[in-house]
Amino acid sequence: MSDQKKFMFVNRKAPYGTIYALESLEVVLITAAFDQDVSLAFLDDGVYQLKKGMQTKGIETKNFSPTYRALEDYDVEKLYVEKEAMEARGLNEDDFIVGVTVLSRAEMGKLMDEQDVVLSF
Amino acid sequence: MASIEVGGKSYETDEEGYLVNLADWNAEVADYIAKTENIDMTEQHWEVINFLREYFDEYQIAPAVRVLTKAIGKKLGAEKGNSEYLYGLFPYGPGKQACKIAGLPKPTGCV
Amino acid sequence: MLHIVNKSPLTSGTLESCLNTMVDGGDVLLIEDAVYAATAGNAFESKLTAAMGRCKVHVLMPDLEARGLGDRLIAGVASVDYAGFVGLTVSNKNCQSWL
Repeated sequence: MSDQKKFMFVNRKAPYGTIYALESLEVVLITAAFDQDVSLAFLDDGVYQLKKGMQTKGIETKNFSPTYRALEDYDVEKLYVEKEAMEARGLNEDDFIVGVTVLSRAEMGKLMDEQDVVLSF
Repeated sequence: MASIEVGGKSYETDEEGYLVNLADWNAEVADYIAKTENIDMTEQHWEVINFLREYFDEYQIAPAVRVLTKAIGKKLGAEKGNSEYLYGLFPYGPGKQACKIAGLPKPTGCV
Repeated sequence: MLHIVNKSPLTSGTLESCLNTMVDGGDVLLIEDAVYAATAGNAFESKLTAAMGRCKVHVLMPDLEARGLGDRLIAGVASVDYAGFVGLTVSNKNCQSWL
């Protein structure tokens, strides 16, 4: 497929405090319908989006974290987490609701550089 | 705000007829919405509706048609996991129509 | 005095500004994305625990639970619910929100 482009969604915001995480997820689901090469990158506070065990009843907000587990059905299987960001937040791979690939900041930068289109959230 | 009247009770809907509150849904409401869509609910229709409800419960989204078709194929067999079968049941689109009857929001990305 | 912070300490300088500015003996309330400051192992932890020697730090528990971190609260940080939030605004003579 020569017309297939590499899309990367760069997620850098914590969930709930702002609308960015949810907006990104919705655009990912829409983009997935167009059969492109989609990657999701989680940097800085964005790594918090994937934390397991969210209980949002108390803040009367929809918990959208289960939707990350549906990404596989949408053929979105490339999820990358920045190692330095994860460690600075006291998290490890077992804390995430889905399987991810952990990359160093340098590797992440290289991957970002290889993309045709980068969408920033 | 629009609403529908079923069994003496009023249920809030959006301007396209989708239920506003997920918790309002029940079989009677589903039957009523199906009628407004000119669909006679059969066991095959219910199978898809129940599948959608379960999918939403687990992932908090109504799946896109392509995803629904694939997932139905996995769960109910290839003879049901194809668009001919699903459009046969829901002529105006399994995403749009079936989600409405299932009391779910319109699938993300569906216009 | 009550100081309210709602930004993550790892992407915003507001919590640091707050801690650098406030006089000893005040109350700090972490809400929304600021609750990440009160989770074990985060890079701001040492700065927060240092501040706890001279002020009282509270965290809004529904915000911490929403983020899946209700079980990671740093020892010594007080958890409050919405009623506790109101209580803090009442028991303090004034309040600064570090937006």
